[in-house]
Amino acid sequence: MVSFYGTEVASRLMLGTAQYPSPAILEQAFRRSGAGIATVSVRREAGGERAGAAFWDLVKQLDVKVLPNTAGCHSVREAVTTAQMARELFDTPWIKLEVIGHADTLQPDPFGLVEAARILTDEGFQVFPYTTEDIVLADRLLEAGCEVLMPWGAPIGTGLGLTNIYGLRTLRAQFPDVPMVVDAGLGLPSQAAQAMEMAFDAVLLNTAVAKAGDPAAMAEGFGRAVEAGRLAYEADPMEPRDMAAPSTPLIGKAFLE
Amino acid sequence: MTGPVTILGAGVAGLCVASELAARGVDLRVVDPQPQPGPHACSWWAGGMLAPFCEGETAEEPVVRLGQEAAAWWARQGVEVTRNGSVVIALGRDRRELDRFARRTEGHAQLDRDGLSRIEPHLGDRFDRALFFESEAHIAPRAALAHLRASLERAGVRFEREQGSVAGTVIDCRGLAAQDALRDLRGVKGEMAVLRAPDIDLQRPVRLLHPRYPLYLVPRGDGVFMLGATQIESGERTRATLRSVTELFNAAYALHPAFGEAEILEIGVDARPAFPDNLPRIRRRGDTIHVNGLFRHGFLLAPALARMVADLLMQGTIPEVMDEDHGER
Repeated sequence: MVSFYGTEVASRLMLGTAQYPSPAILEQAFRRSGAGIATVSVRREAGGERAGAAFWDLVKQLDVKVLPNTAGCHSVREAVTTAQMARELFDTPWIKLEVIGHADTLQPDPFGLVEAARILTDEGFQVFPYTTEDIVLADRLLEAGCEVLMPWGAPIGTGLGLTNIYGLRTLRAQFPDVPMVVDAGLGLPSQAAQAMEMAFDAVLLNTAVAKAGDPAAMAEGFGRAVEAGRLAYEADPMEPRDMAAPSTPLIGKAFLE
Repeated sequence: MTGPVTILGAGVAGLCVASELAARGVDLRVVDPQPQPGPHACSWWAGGMLAPFCEGETAEEPVVRLGQEAAAWWARQGVEVTRNGSVVIALGRDRRELDRFARRTEGHAQLDRDGLSRIEPHLGDRFDRALFFESEAHIAPRAALAHLRASLERAGVRFEREQGSVAGTVIDCRGLAAQDALRDLRGVKGEMAVLRAPDIDLQRPVRLLHPRYPLYLVPRGDGVFMLGATQIESGERTRATLRSVTELFNAAYALHPAFGEAEILEIGVDARPAFPDNLPRIRRRGDTIHVNGLFRHGFLLAPALARMVADLLMQGTIPEVMDEDHGER
């Protein structure tokens, strides 16, 4: 079990709900992966008079926790308004906060992110900020009231995996008690397993599954990888060493010193 | 069985079903509140690409297979079908999207710069690689709808504005309006634009792959191009947004900078009717047969659905995309 803002969730895999070939395939992906949380974008789908309701109803029927997001918001005001709308639509204080600072790479705007996080926590939201691996920024977000961090693995949609392992390790080590979800940039299950082995609490991905040739199979692959990585972390892995270490004694050989 | 048949809706689904039934001698009438094909039907806003193989990138197998009937069907109705293929390209940093697209589709040839220049000289300057789907085709959707309707009227099919009392079989082809009867039908919003760019000459539909802003462009002749289309999970049928239109225009500009000087003729928006698997259905419910959920494949799949509906009515052949229920509370 992993806990975010006091809510326990059985699965450490979170899936986005965008870009699937169809809602039916989206549902299969959730079933086969065992994902426990679905992120949903509301900015663009809302329209007038809840025009996106048919799709949101499909997401609600997945029987997972819904984490609405502010994807596509480029300013503090836009993100705050979208969060307020999401709270009303999904009846949850959870919000995955995205404030995009660079339209091309979708890199977070650290300044806007902290400001929006402060406003939203003051309004009673439980904020999941999409951030970088920067430890100073992490510190500011925690000061602003966030109790979960979502550092990127790589920019959204790139599928590059963990591009700054050193930075992510440092972040994890600096704040060992803060639940952290590696969000964005994962392309393969092995990368998700790697994040879990590094003591991250969960991973969130979307494109890697939605754009796979067989999204449901890829989702299952990620589900298993997340479990494998978590098991490895809990099992306290061996330390790597430079020399081969035979697991049975070699008869007739002296110690190699 | 061929008693009197009433078709509800004169969009692409209704007109194709009507044409197929009329050709087989069925006594029928078509009910639509509007006197002519127009912006009230989402097929009015369609691209008109008959591109079953390209659609196979994301669509499931029936779309690819059934879509292959479309070009010949439209030609048989006397609609002008341009059968010169379609081209798929990607900008420099998205080139790997082209590999993915090639892996997931059939019926294409790889073109290098020279090959592309030979068929589309205006693209050969800008792209060194493309996929060419030679067997694909396209039509002009609005002309095709008008043509079907005029042919039906000439053949003596009655078009009525109001349903009135109904005896016999009803074929409900109302698209998204049938949400009142089909609870698993949803709208998927699409935004499109029509441009006039006389400096650009393209012979066939072009798809520009992009992870976030995929674009297709269909030449309509006389320097006119249809640009499409967004795909947003919303049933909203109005309100083309600046963001969507900007994305479409940006993609067109990236495809060829000469689009920067294009005249904007039209910006359109509507919602496509879709079932959860984005595949069409023929759903029988008592005396009513629903033909719906054509999603983004109206002109591509309506011919096959029309054939199946006619086979069902005339011969009792159960269509592969049929289900049956007894209404929903």
